[in-house]
Amino acid sequence: MTPAGLEITTGETVLFWVIAPLMVLAALGLLFVKRAVHAAMCLVFVMVSMAILYIAQEAPFLGVVQVVVYTGAVMMLFLFVLMLVGVDASDSLTETIRGQRWVGLLIGIGLAVILGGVVARAAFPPPAGLAGGDPGGVANPQALARVLFGDYVLAMEAVGVLLVTAAVGALVLTHRRRLTPKQDQRAVADARIRALPEGVVLTPLPSPGVYATSNAMDTPALGPDGEQVPQSVSRVLRIRGQEKAAPHAPGTELVDVRTRDAGTSEARTTEGEA
Amino acid sequence: MIGLAPWLIGFPLIGAAILLLWPVVLGRRSIDRWGHWLGVAASAASGVVAFILMFRMIGTPAEGRSVDHHLWTWLSAGGLDVDLGLRLDPLSLTFVMLVTFVGTLIHVYSVAYMDHDPDRRRFFAYLNLFVAAMLTLVLADSYLLLFVGWEGVGLASYLLIGFWDTGRPSARENAVAAKKAFVMNRIGDMGLIAAMALLFAHAGALDFGTALSDDSVGSMSQATATAVGLCLLLAACGKSAQFPLQAWLGDAMAGPTPVSALIHAATMVTAGVYLMVRSGAILEAAPTAQLVVVLVGAVTLLFGAIVGCAKDDIKKALAASTMSQIGYMMLAAGLGPAGYAFAIFHLLTHGFFKAGLFLGAGSVMHAMGDQTDMRRFGGLSRFLPITWITMGLGWLAILGIPPFSGFWSKDGIIEAAFIPVEGQPWRAWVFGTVAVLGAAITAFYMTRLFFMTFGGRRPRWTEGQHPHEGSPLMWWPLVFLGVGSAALGLVLGIGGTFTTWLEPVVGHAEHHEPVLPVWLIITATLVVVVLGALLAFRMYAVQLVPEEAPRGSALTRAARKDLYQDAANETLVVRPAFGLARVVQVGDRDVVDRGWSVLPQAVSWFGGVFRKAQTGYVRSYAAGMAGGVLVIAVVAWLVVGLGGAQ
Amino acid sequence: MDITNYVVLAAVLFAVGATTVLLRRNAIVVFMGVELMLNATNLAFVTFARMHGDLTGQVLAFFVMVVAAAEVVVGLAIIVTIFRTRRSASVDDVNLLRG
Repeated sequence: MTPAGLEITTGETVLFWVIAPLMVLAALGLLFVKRAVHAAMCLVFVMVSMAILYIAQEAPFLGVVQVVVYTGAVMMLFLFVLMLVGVDASDSLTETIRGQRWVGLLIGIGLAVILGGVVARAAFPPPAGLAGGDPGGVANPQALARVLFGDYVLAMEAVGVLLVTAAVGALVLTHRRRLTPKQDQRAVADARIRALPEGVVLTPLPSPGVYATSNAMDTPALGPDGEQVPQSVSRVLRIRGQEKAAPHAPGTELVDVRTRDAGTSEARTTEGEA
Repeated sequence: MIGLAPWLIGFPLIGAAILLLWPVVLGRRSIDRWGHWLGVAASAASGVVAFILMFRMIGTPAEGRSVDHHLWTWLSAGGLDVDLGLRLDPLSLTFVMLVTFVGTLIHVYSVAYMDHDPDRRRFFAYLNLFVAAMLTLVLADSYLLLFVGWEGVGLASYLLIGFWDTGRPSARENAVAAKKAFVMNRIGDMGLIAAMALLFAHAGALDFGTALSDDSVGSMSQATATAVGLCLLLAACGKSAQFPLQAWLGDAMAGPTPVSALIHAATMVTAGVYLMVRSGAILEAAPTAQLVVVLVGAVTLLFGAIVGCAKDDIKKALAASTMSQIGYMMLAAGLGPAGYAFAIFHLLTHGFFKAGLFLGAGSVMHAMGDQTDMRRFGGLSRFLPITWITMGLGWLAILGIPPFSGFWSKDGIIEAAFIPVEGQPWRAWVFGTVAVLGAAITAFYMTRLFFMTFGGRRPRWTEGQHPHEGSPLMWWPLVFLGVGSAALGLVLGIGGTFTTWLEPVVGHAEHHEPVLPVWLIITATLVVVVLGALLAFRMYAVQLVPEEAPRGSALTRAARKDLYQDAANETLVVRPAFGLARVVQVGDRDVVDRGWSVLPQAVSWFGGVFRKAQTGYVRSYAAGMAGGVLVIAVVAWLVVGLGGAQ
Repeated sequence: MDITNYVVLAAVLFAVGATTVLLRRNAIVVFMGVELMLNATNLAFVTFARMHGDLTGQVLAFFVMVVAAAEVVVGLAIIVTIFRTRRSASVDDVNLLRG
């Protein structure tokens, strides 16, 4: 390797100082945000930034791989699992294990100090750079490929086997053996008939009310007695609290169609209050 | 000829097996009807084989009479090779004849005696088992097989003493007696095992041919020989009820009377004498052990005789007499080659007359409604003439009145006791005197027994007794044994026939002359015997016998209590053993257990402390790990980093 | 600018990731902390590769990525399985092995 030395350009310096604080900030977000989805977004940001830093550091191939594998695949996997577990599965940040918070912080800060201290005190050689001064040298990704499939071909194969094993392992882990006979349509129908005394309704649930002044999906229908029918709104909407009140529910005045203009504004007001 | 020998054991063994197993497989109703005859047949078949073997042996020259019959290899373990084999020689054949002949007679007698017992089949099974075991004992060609027979007779003895143990409180005495016999015999067995171990350590073999050979015994140190001899003596003491292990024999009379006759008078209890004579080579190499044997014999001889004088229970008096007579045999066995032949001879004659006396006693009890107290007998001679005559023959035989058989054997022992031992002139006088004294006391107590039972004009029976002779099955054996008591000594003793017969086994006795002239010994013995008998006659035939025992002298009271043997055992052995056990128990529980439990308690305590670290929270574990990494990093930095930074 | 700044950045990110593992209870977020730590080491690898002019560092970073991908697959499968049985994604709820 020729001791050509490496000049870090001003552009790179600027890039670093712009990106690095943002990365640290995003990483800290992992620690402090409440919702797992937000944490995942923070991590995505850190990873994309990381890809940029790779490219800046003469590792374009890794940069691309970082985006594809981490941001593209791994983080998507995380998000899928978050969906499975529940998007709003946020955990409270109050600590349950006594002293864990202080211990954790101490260890974190300690690690940062120690590692930083070591880096600061270590005597590094002058940076060499990868392509600089190497006349026949080929940069990424060909050079990397030569090393990978030359010196490290065995490790490469082993890692391939590992990936396949991991995929099969995940399949096995998440596979659920069927313990009960499959519920076909007839079985479901029979079960519902049997559950009739317990108040199961055989007929389809009532559809949501259709009103001129509101989106029908989130508004309950009115029964013959003028009361709202809660079952007519999708359960998901009800749980999320996105259900609205029916415009003509008791307590709201009936609106005469003929006085549409005035009624519309009134109805809007009611909607806004709800 | 020898090929027949295994059948001696085989017949009774098969008999016992059938009698015990048949009811299990096929029910007991059928076999209860003829099982006792099967037992008799098995014993008799063995007796026939014994006769055939004896006639063939008589036809063999003396030097060829000892034959070892190898059956198969029994054990082969490391240096120990024990072949299962039988040794047939004049000594063992004498025993075989005694056991099968007397045994068969007693079997026949028992058919009638046990007639009303619902468990008669089981009784015969045990009797057959006993015969088989006893024959194994005497025919064995090694100590190990002898030990098998030894334990077998012990088992049979235990089962038969406790035969009437029905589990009811009234039968407790039987169970206790059986256990007592069993436990005391185990003490003796320990001696036999120890002796075998010593012999094996010395000679590397347990068969008589090797272990008792001149090479083996000749190379034995004095200490080893003495130890082996004393261990064997301990075994003999246990089995033969010799001092200090004599206490079980009196209680063993709780068993049925035929058992007392066969096992506890004629055969099993003499196994100790057999062991002594068989192991004579070792005893001769250990004069100290020999002296102890003689001492034990002498002490037991007087002990039994004194106890016999005070007992009112006819069976217990006979048991004491047995003890005393075996004391004679032990004394003779301890005298060396001069005494062996007479020990065995006395054993043989004693087997006949004592079996006869016991069966006679059984006959009397049978006639008197199972009464055993002699103070409730009297005047029975008119009602039980056959029993009276046959027991009279036995009485004369045990007294040693010539020409009855006891004279020939006992007189030989007394003469042998008077033979001086080099360097210890006191022995001849002491043991000779003891033997003569024993003869006098024997005359006293046997005469007492005889006249208390049969003599006197005024019967002292309890109400409602109508004594009569039993069935012929009962009195024919008595006749046979009576004839044996009368004539056996004369037939075998005259001209030393029996001594010559045993010579191939025990060797020829070259000995000194007794310290007193032989005629003087015989005369003196006879005189004291007649005096003792006359005294007893005066006290129990001429004078009236009180129905309740008088208080008696201190010696009488002590003798009635077996000279406090049980109290002595209790104080000297049982209490200290219990105390020791208690100390060990307390020590084990409070010292050892408690001491060791500190260790697990400590482990448990530390476990409890460290368990708290196992919170189950993965983050705690992660914190521990990360903290560890941090510490290692700090240490590495301090140790390596700072030093090697510049 | 000194190239070691990159290494310092990696160290800080690593510490933050470790702290995340220690402090967050949602298993998925904990897992993200692990990923952050892996990425931080990758940054250090790439930086050292550049510093020494040796591609081996980049190769190692590549392997770390692959192994991390495999680990994510298995780890998330485990989380899903646990969630199915316990209806919870909190690592504190999985404490059956306490002393």
